[in-house]
Amino acid sequence: MGSFRSTIELHPHVECAAILHDKMLNVITVHINGASRTFEQPLNVAELVTQLELTGKRVAIERNGEIVPRGLFAQQQIADGDKIELVVAVGGG
Amino acid sequence: MSQDNLIIAGKSYASRLLVGTGKYKDFTETQAAIEASGAEIITIAIRRSNIGQNPNEPNLLDILPPSKYTLLPNTAGCYSADDAVRTLRLARELLDGHSLVKLEVLGDPQSLYPNVVETIAAAKTLVAEGFQVMVYTSDDPIIAKQLEDIGCVAIMPLASLIGSGMGILNPWNLQLIMDRVQVPVIVDAGVGTASDAAIAMELGCHGVLMNTAIAAAQKPVLMASAMKQAVEAGRSAYLAGRMPRKLYSAAPSSPTTGMIGKA
Repeated sequence: MGSFRSTIELHPHVECAAILHDKMLNVITVHINGASRTFEQPLNVAELVTQLELTGKRVAIERNGEIVPRGLFAQQQIADGDKIELVVAVGGG
Repeated sequence: MSQDNLIIAGKSYASRLLVGTGKYKDFTETQAAIEASGAEIITIAIRRSNIGQNPNEPNLLDILPPSKYTLLPNTAGCYSADDAVRTLRLARELLDGHSLVKLEVLGDPQSLYPNVVETIAAAKTLVAEGFQVMVYTSDDPIIAKQLEDIGCVAIMPLASLIGSGMGILNPWNLQLIMDRVQVPVIVDAGVGTASDAAIAMELGCHGVLMNTAIAAAQKPVLMASAMKQAVEAGRSAYLAGRMPRKLYSAAPSSPTTGMIGKA
């Protein structure tokens, strides 16, 4: 990283790209119920549920085809590119 | 009728009418109709949550709680065994390990006729994973027996197409199914009005599952009540042992002697 930093000091216009680059290391894109969402920071499933305002609601979640048990929401990290299905009970015959 | 309960997977139910929760105007109507039907087993569907919508909106299970009803998650809209299996795994997680489920794998969206090949494949996987499968199927008695052999806990043949209200199109096939399987046979799909439900029960079916017949009636709550009565009436008539049908041999119910003479 040392040589990278000295490169920035020599070429200031590269600084913005470096900040963006650092930020982009954290930003993740997740596909939730078929729609893409980006998150500034990686998060776990419990945090996702909170962010989606679904805390306390009865939901079931699948991550990349695997069920995430409710008891493990806080332990399950979400990674870039994950496909999440988040379902609820609705009326049906 | 306390001893004539419906037994499914070792659990006893007083009501032989099972109802769906779809197609109602709103939750108030849903709740009132389910109440009037007397149903204990109700089907639900599993769908993606509407993310971003009103978070204070009540959920179906708030008005029809698992503590009060036996919920039967379905696989409506699934056209492959894989989709059906995935859906029911999610349903089981959603309902805290509840494993009684309704399996349906459809063949095409116009008829909604079941794809029995995919249904059999899904049933095998689900039974192996410990689900108690109530399986929606055609009125093919061979398929029905295969599904029982796989380990399904109830066979649910259609009366006619889902949502069609056409009633029982082939009572003889239903009879063939009942002659061949030991598990409960519950007519599911196509019931239109009270007499259809009564006929199913008179044939000896163990129960009837319906949704549209109630939800699409002009007065759903009244129809729900009618269906409750129809299922009870049909069951009683079956247990009472009907008189035989005879084409000829008209036999009057009143005495044939002592008739008054000509004036």
